Amino acid sequence: MSATQQEPRFAQFKLVLLGESAVGKSSIVHRFVKDSFDDFRESTIGAAFLTQTIQLDENTTIKFEIWDTAGQERYKSLAPMYYRNANAAVVVYDITQEASLERAKSWIKELQRQANQDLVIALAGNKLDLESERKVAKEAAQAYATEEGLLFFEVSAKTGQGVKEIFQSIAEKLPLESQIKSKSQPKSVNLQRPSTNNQSSCCS
Amino acid sequence: MDEEYDVIVLGTGLTECVLSGLLSVEGKKVLHIDRQDYYGGESASLNLQQLYEKFKPGKEVDASLGRSRDYCVDLIPKFLMANGELTNILVHTNVTRYVEFKQIDGSFVFRYGKPSKVPATEYEAVTSSLIGLFEKRRLKNFLQWVANYKEDDVATHKGLKLDIDTTDAVYNKFGLEEGTKNFIGHAMALYDNDEYLQQPAREAVERVVLYCQSVARYGKSPYLYPLYGLGELPQGFSRLSAIYGGTFMLSTKVEQVLYDEAGVFQGVKLSLDGEEHVVKAPQVIADPTYFPEKVSSSEKVIRTISIVDQLPLKNGETSAQIILTGKETGRKNDIYIALIGSEHKVAPQGKNIAIVSSIIEGDKPPHIQLESAFKLLGIKAFDRTFMGLSDLFAPIEDGSKDNVYISKSYDATSHFESVTEDVKDIYFRVTGKPLKLTKLEEGEFNAQA
Ligand SMILES: Nc1nc2c(ncn2[C@@H]2O[C@H](COP(=O)(O)OP(=O)(O)OP(=O)(O)O)[C@@H](O)[C@H]2O)c(=O)[nH]1
Ligand SMILES: [Mg+2]
Repeated sequence: MSATQQEPRFAQFKLVLLGESAVGKSSIVHRFVKDSFDDFRESTIGAAFLTQTIQLDENTTIKFEIWDTAGQERYKSLAPMYYRNANAAVVVYDITQEASLERAKSWIKELQRQANQDLVIALAGNKLDLESERKVAKEAAQAYATEEGLLFFEVSAKTGQGVKEIFQSIAEKLPLESQIKSKSQPKSVNLQRPSTNNQSSCCS
Repeated sequence: MDEEYDVIVLGTGLTECVLSGLLSVEGKKVLHIDRQDYYGGESASLNLQQLYEKFKPGKEVDASLGRSRDYCVDLIPKFLMANGELTNILVHTNVTRYVEFKQIDGSFVFRYGKPSKVPATEYEAVTSSLIGLFEKRRLKNFLQWVANYKEDDVATHKGLKLDIDTTDAVYNKFGLEEGTKNFIGHAMALYDNDEYLQQPAREAVERVVLYCQSVARYGKSPYLYPLYGLGELPQGFSRLSAIYGGTFMLSTKVEQVLYDEAGVFQGVKLSLDGEEHVVKAPQVIADPTYFPEKVSSSEKVIRTISIVDQLPLKNGETSAQIILTGKETGRKNDIYIALIGSEHKVAPQGKNIAIVSSIIEGDKPPHIQLESAFKLLGIKAFDRTFMGLSDLFAPIEDGSKDNVYISKSYDATSHFESVTEDVKDIYFRVTGKPLKLTKLEEGEFNAQA
């Protein structure tokens, strides 16, 4: 249907970040959304989620609604609501911490068990700028990712290397058509809409 | 982990999570613990597997019911009043961003052997088959009086004093018949027995107003319900708390509660990965299960959960509340039926959840007490029905002596108004000031690529 392809298309997706504490999840989001990095990052107080749009091609815009864990994963206390209805997940490990890859693998298992069938999962090894302290071989992680059918990247939130590519590749892999269609599903009510009635309109 | 907090919260039921969220937003340092590995405590929604484990341990899950994870079954059925206080709190804290709501299709009352729609507008009242011709006029007059009542305009009071006159006296002023009184009190004001008739009328009038305004807000019924079940609510508020710095620890056992010589709360001892930690805070908020010695129980609620294929509704409604008033069933307390299904994503296509609840009366077995509800639902065998009895606990003291603030169990009412009252009350006792909701700034920032 070449005719419809000319029309501007817009789709919104929920993307969640997962991974052990301190691997750099928040830093990756901040690099992507604000193009900044902080050596002494503290959790973003009050951020429900961050949003960022990507221009996929001339007439396709994708908006990511990016959910950070807000630290609830620290004591293995992440609420299932977090990954409910997620379209994409970036599971992060730290290339200088072997145990963080193991933790990433268990998150991936959990996602495959609990989340959407067509969830796009990317595995990202962060802190690539610390090459001299590397403990996780690229080949090993890559092989695991291929076996599980995941996107795979090594990145550095500090230098920015590879960060945009994660989101770009995810955007390309997302099922755009179904998302645009599903917009027409029966609507839920909007609670934020101010109430139009007052007492005098009650029962009359 | 850190050792000093402003407040420790035990249990992740809705009351605890709302308080945790509100206090974190204010900048309090909150540590929130649950002994279980899931959020929600009594207000969780369970999948099929968990439901069987809880109510029919050792029994194999009926495979014909479909996938376990397609079920989100509430242990405690309640709906949100569209204009109620919980809606208000959700809107002000932006927790609406995590939880989607849909309307409940209808609100019904069981009369003359069948469910009939509860009229909530004047128009519906005068066309309803529930009410006789002359009575319609009187009901209309009553509803108009309620709608026009203004505290500071004595002319609108029609000589009635809400803090002195009983509800029954107010009804009588409008010449309402027993059946209509029953209907207003139970189906609109949502009282589950008749004790309110002899109380001052203010509360009943406020409840009728809330009902009508809630219907007016979205139509159909006064009720809203979250997609994926009520268990989403505590999760949403816990995320709010975490975003504002709250620390969450599930699957964490409280080994010991620490008090000083005067019996004032000091902190708790907990074990984390096999290691013992002492965490301190001047105050603790907890659900009744964490302090069994500090609570008492006066009533028991029976709640039964059934998985049904068909709903006893005529006009294609996929969700509803049905009230069987005590008058109809010969009981003191009403029976509530909550019906929800795949539309609200709590069951797979073609399956529905029917939750029946009431206060236990006398010593007849529960399924006999709820007989009329099962008959209405067409339930004859109980292999797809899960039954639970729960005590309604309330704290014995108000926490001013020991700094232990305990929430009440979730009662038999069909909505959250009593839960939010408890939230406000505990908030006041913990902080010393009344809860004032101010709209939170959007905690989000945007950037263009
Ligand atoms: N050298 C280097 N340090 C990084 C990089 N990314 C993050 N960090 C540092 O790692 C620490 C943790 O980063 P965060 O982004 O807070 O990690 P997180 O995964 O969000 O941690 P939690 O919120 O506790 O789960 C911070 O001190 C960052 O400055 C990176 O690419 N290179
Ligand atoms: Mg973080």
